[in-house]
Amino acid sequence: MNIPTNLKYTKTDEWFDPATGAMGLSDYAQGQLSDIVFVEIVISVGETVSQGKPIASVESVKAAAETYAPASGKVVAVNEDLSGNPEVLNNDPYGKGWMVKVESANAPGLMDAAAYTKYCDERAH
Amino acid sequence: MTYIPHSPKEREAMLATIGVKSLEDLFKDIPAKHRFPELDLPPALTEMEAAAELGELSIGNENIRTDLISFLGAGAYNHYIPAAMDHILRRGEFYTAYTPYQPEISQGTLQAIFEYQSLICALTGMEVSNASHYDGATAVAEAANMAYAQFRGKRKKVVISPTVHPQYRETMRTYVQGMSLDLAGDDPKANLDAGPDSLEGLIDENTALVIVQYPDFFGRVYDFTRLIEQSHDKGALVCVAANPIALALFKTPAEMGADIVVGEGQPLGIPLSFGGPYLGFFTTRKEYIHKMSGRLVGETVDNRGQRAFVLTLTAREQHIKRERAISNICSNQGLMALAAAVYLSLLGQNGLRQVAELCYHKAHYAAEKISKVKGYSLCFNSPFFHEFTICCPKPVAEINDHLLEHGILGGYDLGQDYPSLKDHMLIAVTEMNTRDEIDALVDVLAEVNRD
Repeated sequence: MNIPTNLKYTKTDEWFDPATGAMGLSDYAQGQLSDIVFVEIVISVGETVSQGKPIASVESVKAAAETYAPASGKVVAVNEDLSGNPEVLNNDPYGKGWMVKVESANAPGLMDAAAYTKYCDERAH
Repeated sequence: MTYIPHSPKEREAMLATIGVKSLEDLFKDIPAKHRFPELDLPPALTEMEAAAELGELSIGNENIRTDLISFLGAGAYNHYIPAAMDHILRRGEFYTAYTPYQPEISQGTLQAIFEYQSLICALTGMEVSNASHYDGATAVAEAANMAYAQFRGKRKKVVISPTVHPQYRETMRTYVQGMSLDLAGDDPKANLDAGPDSLEGLIDENTALVIVQYPDFFGRVYDFTRLIEQSHDKGALVCVAANPIALALFKTPAEMGADIVVGEGQPLGIPLSFGGPYLGFFTTRKEYIHKMSGRLVGETVDNRGQRAFVLTLTAREQHIKRERAISNICSNQGLMALAAAVYLSLLGQNGLRQVAELCYHKAHYAAEKISKVKGYSLCFNSPFFHEFTICCPKPVAEINDHLLEHGILGGYDLGQDYPSLKDHMLIAVTEMNTRDEIDALVDVLAEVNRD
């Protein structure tokens, strides 16, 4: 499982990059969902998002899930390419699979890579 | 044979598990006098006696197959139902109203639904159809649900033409009351002769959906292309509620640019039966498929390369998305959808067009004749399909009483929904009405005015 050390993580399996303000779905989450067939970003540029509020709706061949904002902030970009290529969430969750970018982020209480690895391992058993 | 599946032993085990001694103990919180109340029922009848009594009661009914000539429409229409339909519908394999919950095991049911969807798409010109709603009214209301979700609740206005069926508008009012959606245009006092352009002033950047009917409640046919363009300019979606028979004759709503096309499927071989069960059809464009409620069957190939059918995109449905689903009305009218598919297959493209042409020409013959009767006139000048509005010299109820004495079921009294249309009658003519019947209607109408 890929858990980059430069990112922070939530208990609901989203990642947040404090350096760029980007956020998305973790590798663990995409693996659990299996083949993702639909994604819809449910917020727009210019809006303010609060930590824990929905940013995207994701559907795979076996489940539907909500993605929650790991950080609060003002939305400066959303990944418009996702809706046409939902499979990048499976192939490249931390790269092309980014969902939303925010500025002036506030992200208290997130896990670092080590804590998140442990959290994922616990659930695997 | 006992119809209670639990044996006395099993019941004892269950009672012991929850810690009560007997069935009486289980119900002891219910006051004794309410446990087995005296019911005011007549003595039991034998099957033969019950059949005789029910037969007696049914003789009191007058129906349009055997007793009455009908010119009543207003949303439900008297069309010929081919004899083969009942035989196909009553097959045991089909005789259930529900899409199975383990769907792929029932390939025949799925294929029937797939054929229904394909036929409805061909008729409306749209790209995708769901596997139906309860009726036309709920299909219209679901369009509002879909548009609301499409704009994620940010557009809060639905514009509905006052010439949409009054019952559809009533259902819409019920749906929107808990959704923080505003309904505009729902005004029976509006100028009913103004045409679709009169809605333009109501459509703005806050409008999620514009709803019109085709032909409208008064039977009139308008081209909505311009209205749809203007709605799209404001970013709003447009829903056209269409009569499926009319679609065999006129430009499809898809050609006009509609985003959602819905309607009452009853004219497609479903009998008039006191309001139901009927059928709501619902179609849209591919890009909105994830926002469409209800069942959707798709075609694929199985692991042996054979054509097979599956429930597609089930993730958006209530049993997975639960409270996050766009609509929690997913039940369909499986048997009614099958009826529509069978009807359309039996008639074919040419047959359906023939039905539509007969309706059109007979209605125009009737309108022409009635407009020449002293005291009566056509209320609107717009082109119409198989229904038209006449201005009457007397209250509609009085005229209809008179018609009924002659075995004729008269038209719909528009005064009950539109104050400006007091003494106006909506008359429907279908392929079922013969020239003699139309002439009889005209004669009685003339007689009423002379009395």
